[in-house]
Amino acid sequence: MSPATAAGAARPAVLVLEDGRCFHGEAFGAVGETFGEAVFTTGMTGYQETLTDPSYHRQVVVQTAPHVGNTGVNDEDDESDRIRVAGYVVRDPARIAASWRATGTLSDRLAAEGVVGICGIDTRALTRHLRERGAMRAGISSLDPDPDRLLAKVLASPGMLGANLTAEVTTPTPYTVPAEGAHRYTVAALDLGIKRTVVRRLAARGVTSHVLPGWSTLEDVLAVRPDAVFLSPGPGDPATADHAVTLARQVLDRRIPLFGICFGSQILGRALGFGTYKLRYGHRGLNQPVLDRATGRVEVTVHNHGFAVDAPAERVVETELGRVEVSHVCLNDRVVEGLRCLDVPAFAVQYHPEAAAGPHDADYLFGRFVAMVEGVAPRA
Amino acid sequence: MPRRQDLRHVLVIGSGPIVIGQACEFDYSGTQACRVLRAEGLRVSLINSNPATIMTDPGYADATYVEPITPEFVEKVIAAERPDALLPTLGGQTALNTAVALHDAGVLDKYGVELIGADIQAIRHGEDRRAFKDVVARAGGQTPRSRLCGDLAEVRATAAELGLPVVLRPSYTLGGHGSGLARTVEDLERMAAAGLAASPVHQVLVEESVLGWKEYELELMRDRRDNVVVVCSIENLDPMGVHTGDSVAVAPAMTLTDREYQAMRDLAIAVMREVGVDTGGCNIQFAVHPDTGRMVVIEMNPRVSRSSALASKATGFPIAKIAAKLAIGYTLDEIPNDITGRSCAAFEPALDYVVVKVPRFAFEKFPAADPELTTTMKSVGEVMALGRNFTEALNKAMRSTETAAAGFWTRPDPPGVGLAETLQALRTPHDGRLYTIERALRLGAGVAEVAQASGVDPWFVDQIASLVELREAILAAPVLDEPLLRRAKRAGLSDRQIAALRPELAGEDGVRRLRHRLGLHPVYKTVDTCAAEFAAATPYHYSCYDEETEVAPSDRPKVLILGSGPNRIGQGIEFDYSCVHAVQALRDAPAAAGAAAGYETVMINCNPETVSTDYDTADRLYFEPLTFEDVLEVWRAEDASGRAAGGPGVVGVVVQLGGQTPLGLAQRLKDAGVPVVGTPPESIHLAEDRGAFGSLLAREGLHAPAYGTATSYEQARRIAAEIGYPVLVRPSYVLGGRGMEIVYDDATLRDYIGRATDISPEHPVLVDRFLDDAVEIDVDALCDATGEVYLGGVMEHIEEAGIHSGDSACALPPVTLAAAHLEQVRRYTEAIARGIGVRGLLNVQYALKEDTLYVLEANPRASRTVPFVSKATGVPLAKAAARIMLGATIADLRREGLLPATGDGGTVPPGAPVAVKEAVLPFKRFRTRSGRGIDSLLGPEMKSTGEVMGIDTAFGQAFAKSQAAAFGSLPVAGKVLVTVANRDKRAMIFPVKRLADLGFEIVATAGTGEVLRRHGIACEIVSKHYEGDGRDAVSIIEAGEVALVINTPQGSGASARRDGYEIRSAAVAADIPCATTVPGAAAAVMGIEALIRGEMTVRPLQALHAALHASRPPHRTEDPTTRR
Repeated sequence: MSPATAAGAARPAVLVLEDGRCFHGEAFGAVGETFGEAVFTTGMTGYQETLTDPSYHRQVVVQTAPHVGNTGVNDEDDESDRIRVAGYVVRDPARIAASWRATGTLSDRLAAEGVVGICGIDTRALTRHLRERGAMRAGISSLDPDPDRLLAKVLASPGMLGANLTAEVTTPTPYTVPAEGAHRYTVAALDLGIKRTVVRRLAARGVTSHVLPGWSTLEDVLAVRPDAVFLSPGPGDPATADHAVTLARQVLDRRIPLFGICFGSQILGRALGFGTYKLRYGHRGLNQPVLDRATGRVEVTVHNHGFAVDAPAERVVETELGRVEVSHVCLNDRVVEGLRCLDVPAFAVQYHPEAAAGPHDADYLFGRFVAMVEGVAPRA
Repeated sequence: MPRRQDLRHVLVIGSGPIVIGQACEFDYSGTQACRVLRAEGLRVSLINSNPATIMTDPGYADATYVEPITPEFVEKVIAAERPDALLPTLGGQTALNTAVALHDAGVLDKYGVELIGADIQAIRHGEDRRAFKDVVARAGGQTPRSRLCGDLAEVRATAAELGLPVVLRPSYTLGGHGSGLARTVEDLERMAAAGLAASPVHQVLVEESVLGWKEYELELMRDRRDNVVVVCSIENLDPMGVHTGDSVAVAPAMTLTDREYQAMRDLAIAVMREVGVDTGGCNIQFAVHPDTGRMVVIEMNPRVSRSSALASKATGFPIAKIAAKLAIGYTLDEIPNDITGRSCAAFEPALDYVVVKVPRFAFEKFPAADPELTTTMKSVGEVMALGRNFTEALNKAMRSTETAAAGFWTRPDPPGVGLAETLQALRTPHDGRLYTIERALRLGAGVAEVAQASGVDPWFVDQIASLVELREAILAAPVLDEPLLRRAKRAGLSDRQIAALRPELAGEDGVRRLRHRLGLHPVYKTVDTCAAEFAAATPYHYSCYDEETEVAPSDRPKVLILGSGPNRIGQGIEFDYSCVHAVQALRDAPAAAGAAAGYETVMINCNPETVSTDYDTADRLYFEPLTFEDVLEVWRAEDASGRAAGGPGVVGVVVQLGGQTPLGLAQRLKDAGVPVVGTPPESIHLAEDRGAFGSLLAREGLHAPAYGTATSYEQARRIAAEIGYPVLVRPSYVLGGRGMEIVYDDATLRDYIGRATDISPEHPVLVDRFLDDAVEIDVDALCDATGEVYLGGVMEHIEEAGIHSGDSACALPPVTLAAAHLEQVRRYTEAIARGIGVRGLLNVQYALKEDTLYVLEANPRASRTVPFVSKATGVPLAKAAARIMLGATIADLRREGLLPATGDGGTVPPGAPVAVKEAVLPFKRFRTRSGRGIDSLLGPEMKSTGEVMGIDTAFGQAFAKSQAAAFGSLPVAGKVLVTVANRDKRAMIFPVKRLADLGFEIVATAGTGEVLRRHGIACEIVSKHYEGDGRDAVSIIEAGEVALVINTPQGSGASARRDGYEIRSAAVAADIPCATTVPGAAAAVMGIEALIRGEMTVRPLQALHAALHASRPPHRTEDPTTRR
């Protein structure tokens, strides 16, 4: 049971943003000090998936849903081998784990993995602040209650713009996830911070994934004799991901089918010659409406991105690799959510068709990927 | 896809009277639909028999038919209006069933009317349980194992196979009516028979019990491009076995991992597609096994429902409004999200707060009814509360219900109840179960133990356990310091709850003073659909004890309107109607000297079913409990934000329109410096204080029944001897006629006093002379600061005095009163209004006996009849009242045109239509512990849940319409069972003779039959009680032989209840009209005559009102109301 809300046992904690705004609450998870980019996510379910998603590496995640931890933690829902967030901010952590699948409580797990959190603060006020002022650096301390000293440390910590984080999250060695049932295709999946569900969704469609470290070369990729290449989601500023962009160019040049998700979509964008930019406070949640411009249908999708591709949505663009169109846009703010190459076999989405957490509306994209590989469907 | 251009005229069907399982949530949804359709430039026709609805205000449709929602009358409307399309998904099961009947009868085809928002196949798939099971299977889901049975033998065989307990669910009934859990063979026999009878298709589903499983609901929307969104997830705290309408419900779902939630969402979407709901909303209910996670689909409603109203209020996503837009062709991405103003409706709301709904029951009104909660809905209303965490929302919701207990620890525990009994009590779901859970924990039970006994998920139990720990901390603290008090407030405890734990603080007021001294005030957050991701354009607020408030400054003069809280018997939609009218009138008020036009209106209410809690209604909405503490804080926040912006802040608080709830706060608010407008609280008290009010009447020379006040039987007996039997007895300070009885003799009086002291030991009993056989008259009037009085309407009750006015049918204009009587009514009403000092509305009840008018009571507030009077006369009384409260005079309002330039409701023009109001009663819902029906006898205690209006050129037609709307049509042929009390035998001869002449067969019990035969009326004699030969009164009713029952009880009080009880409850169970009074029977005969003559036509209110206005002289000449 967490001490955080038990009577009289609360240990004070403080959260300080780089602009000086400060919130006093109670320690949650590990006692200590942590720093990262403060971002909020509006998902109401799936905190375990969120916490273990490598894309949240070096971020202090604010959960807008007030009750977190109700179903505890279990052995099945992790998206990677450990909790990835730099810090965790919730309003009301659960005192017990209530689920037939639970193997422990969230606060125990946070503590066991040394993840520093804070609870009991006005998370809505913090969210509104981040919405108005943009995502920014933050620090949490349950060691030193003095906000001024913490602020100095926050200002000394690195920001997200210009951060190359691939090396910090990628697998050190290649591994293989076999297809479920009959093997149909082999995919080289470049791990820029991959989630387990991505390869599971591929496996479910008969794809064997060779998950390769983020620094893999074209030779490494070709060595697994891939039918296609997958660029994974991940953390950091895509503007720094030159190695992955170069690799993507090489793959596209060879007309190897390519699919990217989130960070992978930004890599594809850059490989096609588009720029990327940092959104003020990003898209993080499980309820974002995305329009598939080809079908006119709307998907409720999972987002977790602080950067986006800068491409003109209203027209087809000529690139060195042929024509490219923006296939998906977010209906909230018209941000580019998908790219489709019309002359090479490649497409990518900025959002998460693998969900985990979130709705499965976009799962068909894995089918579209396989169909592209199969070559039966007209180019994606 | 833009909207369809081929639709120009849409007919909307409402849901009719408020009944258990179908309440004002359908006024909310229907009102939204009408607004949307008109805003799109479509012609809207509407049919709804419920005059208390906002949707039937003439401004919401082009043609508003207040007519019975039966296939016959809807066809008449279709024939008159010739709409292109029919939208039936916003009027509950009533509208959907009517649409199916019209389709099946070929009416829609005949007139070329397209069904929009639903298709017949989808309705059948959703409602036909067998078809639905197949649908779920095709969608890849599971349902509980079950079999649909058409007779008792099949039921028995199926139950044997599945093993008891089993659930019985009759097909096509409202709100789960007739369904329940059969634990024993006896239960099974009885419930299956009743269920087969209740089902219009004589089918009952016998189903594997999922009792105790976790229960969830999802609210979905789909457009014609097949875009689907899940608007809201709802988790019922009460596990399976309690009807969802009777469950404590929480949004969003609290105890599902993403994996489970998404599996549920996937299945829900697949089911919706498979059912074929093309556009609009639907609601799907799931059960999840708490130990294995096995998920089964329970049911779906292919329409807007009570849950969707709750979901709309819980999320800020207006399901009905969007359903209406989808029905005319828009897609979700084309519809703006008007809360954020920038995103679109094709998304799923994210909540950063917790919503708790708590049902409101009325078992105190039906003492014979079994209070166990089952799969048949029994609650009469509900409240919703929002908080930043579960306990905050829970505590707010509990105090919003306005029951005797206002949250944990506010009432003493039942004496001598130990842990074992408490845990045992948890095994049976009952009203007040949350209190039992808390008590069990406090008595030492563990979370797991309580969860096991109650079936409530451990997470919820642990949340309540955290409150028990907090209670210990508050009790143990040497002083209540700021951190502890803040913690208590963040957990949602009211000052009153804290005061109960810290007696040294001298009550709630002491806690509040301490809290204010410590600077602890709530802040107000916004319901924005997006968890603050985008800025919100709509000020829909709730309180919490966080850091930052979101109340935007505004320099306009503000008026707070206090709503009426949860629906309950005696206080329902009628008051919401008046509150909504106040908002409209004040928002639209023309510029006054020195002030710009219009007030900024601020609504406070906690009832999620209502129009008043639509964020579109008032300028600002506070979804808050209507307690002194919560209201005071809203006032403080609004006043401060107004003054901070350089404005006048709150210039008035309206307490008179929401019924007893806000009225009860008036004095305390005024004492706290809140600018309560309208009739001053002191004047309200004057009307309630018997002595003071008696002197006022005496001073003005007005008659009132003799009365006395007793605290013992001896005293009561002396008073009764002095004023003469019968007497009307009641405990003082109660509402809705609670505990009121008519007593004819000493023995009954002694018995009553014994019971009454239990009801209200601290208050004496009032003993009034009861005016037997008097005509009861109800008046709604306005009075302004100059003392001018406007009679809104004079209603003559059809049942004699002694039946609660809320349960009595009444006619407007009065159909038997002479001009001299009306003059007297005017004189009395004016004297009372001025004597009390009314500023706004006044309701007076009179009894007319032998040409003498007696004042029964006066209530200086909006009454239940205000909407009925407003609809019948075409004059918006509540709007006028709101303006008067803020200083306008009747003369001003006549000039503006809000009131007629001349005349008033006391002088109805010749040729005016007759409107009849009829009450709708919930007896069918309830069963005694032994499973029998409960008595349908009317008395001084109000029992009805809602009302209908029948309006036509003459009384007979209007009455027949009212009966058709309330109960289904009066019969035009068949058998009439007559069994009347000795005192009524003489009076009954003419009506019964008329029925015989009209061709009805008369069946009577021996005494009645003898009198009838002596008057040449042929009749069959049956025995009154069961005698084994099958020709007794009850048996022939149950056999379906009887079309109408006329039964007036012998004796009085308890003995009257016994007399004829079986007959009346059999009539209720068989859905046969039953007249229990002589005037009621006479009115039924007039209605039957009108039906037989075939004179039933339909006319929209707009036409009726235009005729009424045209018949009034335009100028003020010889206006009787100006004579002072």
